[in-house]
Amino acid sequence: MISTVNDLNERFEALSKSLDDKIKGGDGKRHIVLCGGTGCLSAHSTEIMERFNALIKEKGIEDKATVNQVGCFGFCSQGPFVKIYPEDTLYKMVKIEDVDEIVEKDLIGGEIVDRLLYVDPKTNEKVTKQEDILFYKKQRRVALNGCGVINPEDINEAIGNGAFQGIKRALTMTQQEVIDEVLASGLRGRGGGGFPTGRKWQFALNVEADQKYVVCNGDEGDPGAFMDRSILEGNPLAVIEGMMIAGYAFGASEGYFYVRAEYPIAVKRLRIAIEQAKAEGLLGKNILGSDFSFDCQIRLGAGAFVCGEETALLNSIEGKRGMPRPRPPFPAIKGLWGKPTCVNNVETLACVPYILREGAANFASVGTEKSKGTKVFALGGKVNNVGLVEVPMGTTLRELIYDIGGGIPDGKQFKAIQTGGPSGGCLTAEYLDEPIDFDNLVAKGSMMGSGGAIVMDEDNCMVDVAKFYLEFICDESCGKCTPCRIGTKRMLEILTRITEGKGTMKDLDELEELSQTIKANSLCALGQTASNPVNSTLAHFRDEYIAHIVDKKCPAHVCKNLMQYTIDADKCIGCGMCAKGCPASCITRTDYVAEGHKLASMAIDADKCVKCGACISTCKFNAISKV
Amino acid sequence: MAKLQEAAVAQITEICDRHKNDKTPLMMILSDIQNEYGYIPLEVQELVSQKTGISVAEIYGVVTFYSFFSLTPKGKYVIGCCLGTACYVKGAQNVIDKFSEILKIKPGQTSEDGLFTLDALRCIGACGIAPAVSINGQVYPKVKVDQVPTIINELKEEAAKA
Repeated sequence: MISTVNDLNERFEALSKSLDDKIKGGDGKRHIVLCGGTGCLSAHSTEIMERFNALIKEKGIEDKATVNQVGCFGFCSQGPFVKIYPEDTLYKMVKIEDVDEIVEKDLIGGEIVDRLLYVDPKTNEKVTKQEDILFYKKQRRVALNGCGVINPEDINEAIGNGAFQGIKRALTMTQQEVIDEVLASGLRGRGGGGFPTGRKWQFALNVEADQKYVVCNGDEGDPGAFMDRSILEGNPLAVIEGMMIAGYAFGASEGYFYVRAEYPIAVKRLRIAIEQAKAEGLLGKNILGSDFSFDCQIRLGAGAFVCGEETALLNSIEGKRGMPRPRPPFPAIKGLWGKPTCVNNVETLACVPYILREGAANFASVGTEKSKGTKVFALGGKVNNVGLVEVPMGTTLRELIYDIGGGIPDGKQFKAIQTGGPSGGCLTAEYLDEPIDFDNLVAKGSMMGSGGAIVMDEDNCMVDVAKFYLEFICDESCGKCTPCRIGTKRMLEILTRITEGKGTMKDLDELEELSQTIKANSLCALGQTASNPVNSTLAHFRDEYIAHIVDKKCPAHVCKNLMQYTIDADKCIGCGMCAKGCPASCITRTDYVAEGHKLASMAIDADKCVKCGACISTCKFNAISKV
Repeated sequence: MAKLQEAAVAQITEICDRHKNDKTPLMMILSDIQNEYGYIPLEVQELVSQKTGISVAEIYGVVTFYSFFSLTPKGKYVIGCCLGTACYVKGAQNVIDKFSEILKIKPGQTSEDGLFTLDALRCIGACGIAPAVSINGQVYPKVKVDQVPTIINELKEEAAKA
């Protein structure tokens, strides 16, 4: 039990030493950690861990090595990862069969298994240590502090890593002092809105009420974003501590986590963390011997994107349909069950303990003038290094995509990066040197959003991408207000028409008009931003829309009605593999034999072709192309 | 009201009791029932209404609002193809189309033999391993179109053995 500040100090001293020993090798042991994020778990990270345990037992080296699963390493496309302390050796894409070699060669022999090391794509050199990999070099971990280092299911490792030091300091301050500290740090809401966190708390503090609530918004619905999931999976106690500090700052004694049901591992780890904190007395009555009491619970979402909107989320906790409420009154005045409530995003709350522990000035030492600290991005799509990255605000898009992300795969051309998900917009090559911060992205026609960053290359059709987002919004519109419910449907119909080659130039005017109407007349942010992907693709890629409408061509060869597969008769050697794999039986032999070839070439009957693309992937001679 | 089996009535009553100390328990009750039975038919909603005093209309409103709650039974294997942005730009649409073609069902439908339900999911946060497919909670990474027949056959074999 940790019931006083003294107890915490004693535990911290002992545990931080043992964590330090683990990382730096002070205990003379080797410590193996495996990535336990959703991505690596799907690639058998748990089975790999079990194999390590079994082999270590078999070889009788249990007193020399430990095995643990930790939170997300962030570098998802190269997983599953195995890291060995104290050398900080990082093995990538490890398979169960590789475990024997790692144990035999590295653990027992002290020799590095060369073939499992990360290879720098630019220099072609093998990199042994994690900190030397370019992907990690420009990163700075504040919100992700502890992720990939500590075992998220063991409160002792979290305490050793500094958990509860923030609330410890907060409890020595007045409520106003805590809020002032957060205001001084410049922390703004990481869920997308960018509203100053301290100001939100101030509103709630200024209201007199018998009960107030803190709600953690873990309903990360933006497709392509997984920051909050990884934080909850990697260091759930940081979010719990952030919630406690918020509760202390404006006088709430109860907290609710609202987490997507799609995130079972995050929910499980959060549940374990809450139970462990309760068992230690760190949640409950009179925390650390003070007058402050705080408890928290988990509520699961049920698959509705709109519940990420704070008032819809509150309705969902109240057991209702997740439809937004009109604002004002804002939740900070009248929120959950009519009581003052602050809804903060997972990443925002994860930053709070750091601010209290290290001080506002430390947090604000990086970033831009109006956006302080760091931001976690889920970098995905057509980029070499897919994963989770945390960079100082003000990092440029080019650094994000090319230095950290390692550029575009297969030598393709960068086309655009979509930030802010379905509420955001796309930014083209001309914006690559723009620094990323809340205000600058908005000024350039996109937004920060929660941190999804999807890279698109020359093979992505921007009209199709706009249609994809509209389909999403149309599906997820809660139906409360007409402009959003019907307007997005009409926009989707127009976009579908254009991608099918049935569009007219008048459609473009109608898209613009509809988008104005929806923006001006919707109740919540989902509707107000619904047309952003269409507006930004129209602004930057109008020529692609026109190609679909006037030339009846999809320049990226994505829209099936506007493209064809064709065989180059001179490249085709007539092997017939394509015809064997064709589900529509539309490929037949011609009587044309190209010079130097023995067999007659094949040809595709465009009328029968279903455009499945099976032929193009079977042809080994690059004779088939899309036009 | 169609008749529910006694065991089901007892279990649903137990689920309602489990959450009776909560201020607004409806979402949690429905989640538990959905997890236990795979769907929440009208008869069950009527029973929940009796136990909690919440009107059937309100319960029906909630059940039909959230995509996790279903009015009809789901298949033994629920195949969820992620159509989040990261998966989409990496060709997830072709993957779900292939499942749809082989199983002869559209997203949201269940195959006649009751074995498979095909769902289009909105981002499961596994963007690093796109395109991802989640089958009964197990995530399949970087799924290619030509892997789809193998996946289906494996599941069919597994079902035949059980």
